[in-house]
Amino acid sequence: MADNNGIELRGLFKIFGPHGEKYMQAVRDGMTKDELNAKHGHVLGLKDINISIPASKIQVIMGLSGSGKSTLIRHINRLIEPTAGEVIFQGQDICKMNKADLLRFRRHKTAMVFQKFALLPHRTVLGNALYGVELQGMSRKECEERARRWLARVGLDGFEDHYPNQLSGGMQQRVGLARALTNNADILLMDEAFSALDPLIRMDMQKILLDLQEELHKTIVFITHDLDEALRLGDRIAILRDGEVIQQGTGQDIVLHPADDYIADFVKDVNRARVIKVGTIMSPVSGPANGFPTLDAQASLEQAARLLSSRGKDRAIVLGDNGAAEGQITLRRVIDAMVTPVASEKEISRPET
Amino acid sequence: MDFLGAFPQMGRTDLRDLKKGIDEAFRHFSRTHGQAIEDFFHPLLKFLVWFEKLLLATPWPLMIAIIAALVWLGSRSIKMTIGSILTFLLIGYLGMWKDTMSTLALISVATFLCILIGIPLGILMARSDRIQAVITPILDIMQTIPSFVYLIPVLMLLGIGKVPGLIAVCVYAIPPVVRLTNLGIRLVDRDVLEAADAFGASPRQKLVSVQLPLALPNIFAGINQTIMMALGMVVIASMIGVPGLGVPVLKAVNNQYLALGMMNGLAIVAIAILFDRVSQKFGKRLQKHSETIHG
Ligand SMILES: Nc1ncnc2c1ncn2[C@@H]1O[C@H](COP(=O)(O)OP(=O)(O)OP(=O)(O)O)[C@@H](O)[C@H]1O
Ligand SMILES: [Mg+2]
Repeated sequence: MADNNGIELRGLFKIFGPHGEKYMQAVRDGMTKDELNAKHGHVLGLKDINISIPASKIQVIMGLSGSGKSTLIRHINRLIEPTAGEVIFQGQDICKMNKADLLRFRRHKTAMVFQKFALLPHRTVLGNALYGVELQGMSRKECEERARRWLARVGLDGFEDHYPNQLSGGMQQRVGLARALTNNADILLMDEAFSALDPLIRMDMQKILLDLQEELHKTIVFITHDLDEALRLGDRIAILRDGEVIQQGTGQDIVLHPADDYIADFVKDVNRARVIKVGTIMSPVSGPANGFPTLDAQASLEQAARLLSSRGKDRAIVLGDNGAAEGQITLRRVIDAMVTPVASEKEISRPET
Repeated sequence: MDFLGAFPQMGRTDLRDLKKGIDEAFRHFSRTHGQAIEDFFHPLLKFLVWFEKLLLATPWPLMIAIIAALVWLGSRSIKMTIGSILTFLLIGYLGMWKDTMSTLALISVATFLCILIGIPLGILMARSDRIQAVITPILDIMQTIPSFVYLIPVLMLLGIGKVPGLIAVCVYAIPPVVRLTNLGIRLVDRDVLEAADAFGASPRQKLVSVQLPLALPNIFAGINQTIMMALGMVVIASMIGVPGLGVPVLKAVNNQYLALGMMNGLAIVAIAILFDRVSQKFGKRLQKHSETIHG
């Protein structure tokens, strides 16, 4: 798929309230969310957001409740108007589009999946799935064909004539996903799409999404407040607090180098063995390489540990993209990296409690 | 003490002049514009007369068959269908067939008019808080002002007849359908509306594909109430020359004919119950999709 499907968020501010623009300067000069609310009764939703959402990748936006995640994602299809800033897609500022262009953009370029599903209760599963393409003005026959195909892809064969009310939460969200996919849009916006589902169903849905993404390569913006979900899905992750981005990077970046205590606190319970890749902790090859197992640099610590223990070795060679040896890891180093943050030495000496 | 004893009211002559002035002005208005207004309502009159004649000209067995079929389509209930047939047979047997047809014609046309005007008005109200703020008090007045009071200007403008009767019925009966259309649209789940927005629905598409269908049960409740209120106006309408079941009731009141009054009154009640049950059943069937199977 085209690689010009990235989205640039530039200097995005949102101040909720009747006179948001009036307080822009004050906010630029450093007024905090609490001050703005106390002094002027306005809510600072977003503050100077700059994110380059990569094309055809999954960008996760993470943060606690009230941090502005929903506000942020709704700027991409302009369900919320920014107080200042730009949202650039394929060279166009979405925030400057006129009404007709905006409708066209929403119909053809974006699709959205919602936390509370937001299905049309009076329409059948099929009627819901084809809602987007119906708005695009596609013929009824083609709408139905497409919708049926995507419903089948998300495992809803045979449920076409049910009403949303008759389905479980997990199935309803599959309908939500099918509705979004039927649109065949480049951008998929998912606002806590799996948060309302119980853990097993949630894992299922994550797998479905990852499998689909493997062939579809859409630009996906995925909101979550769950770090495991973020790490599992996100090619890139941005963390919001009080409407500000406090760190962005790959999942590994964030786990290995949390920008502050807030994030460190967030990541401390993560299963590091699955997140950290051997490439980031390897050291230069020392000693013979022959006879030792080899690993891809993208392999996780968990895979490395499994390999080493199954071969009964305590050293493995790490191969780069070209298949040449790039470094080595030892069992000890793997275990160290699993249990302690490599970046902050103070944690190493802290006694386990 | 004098000041407290008698209310310091406006001078007797001033008051009379004021009332007279208003009356004169309105009479003048009605002399100059009465014809135009009458012409404006003429198509309505023709439609009402035509419809009434149609009902009366239809052979009674066919008419009963049609009513039974409508009841069946609306309610899907054998019991109600048979009930409606028996009711109308009894009404005919007791000599009230003609008046009943006239009343049915009036109610149908009035309801049709109320829907035609009321639903768009309700949609407008739902669209804008300002329009809602203007229309709500007007609806309050329409529902509380004694019907006789607004009958006066209508009579001055249009005289006695079917059209002023129809207008009186509509003024009284239209508020519920307006209110409940407005309410129904405003109650539509915000999340669903947001989804429609996100998929690029225009305001019109949103109205047709989301708001109206989801407001339909409420709109139906409004129509149901409108019909009930229109039936409640049948007797008052007969005072200004509208034929139907109200006429004998009025006669019965004037002459103290107990049996006549009871019979015609009960006929009105029977029609009301029938309309009510059928439209409620129909409204319920519209909400079939909200029957939950899973939790
Ligand atoms: N329409 C609005 N008017 C005023 N304040 C708002 C509005 N919408 C959101 N906010 C405020 O903006 C902030 C961010 O809200 P937002 O819904 O984006 O948070 P969130 O990260 O999505 O939270 P959650 O995880 O609970 O969904 C909150 O403080 C919220 O109260
Ligand atoms: Mg949210």
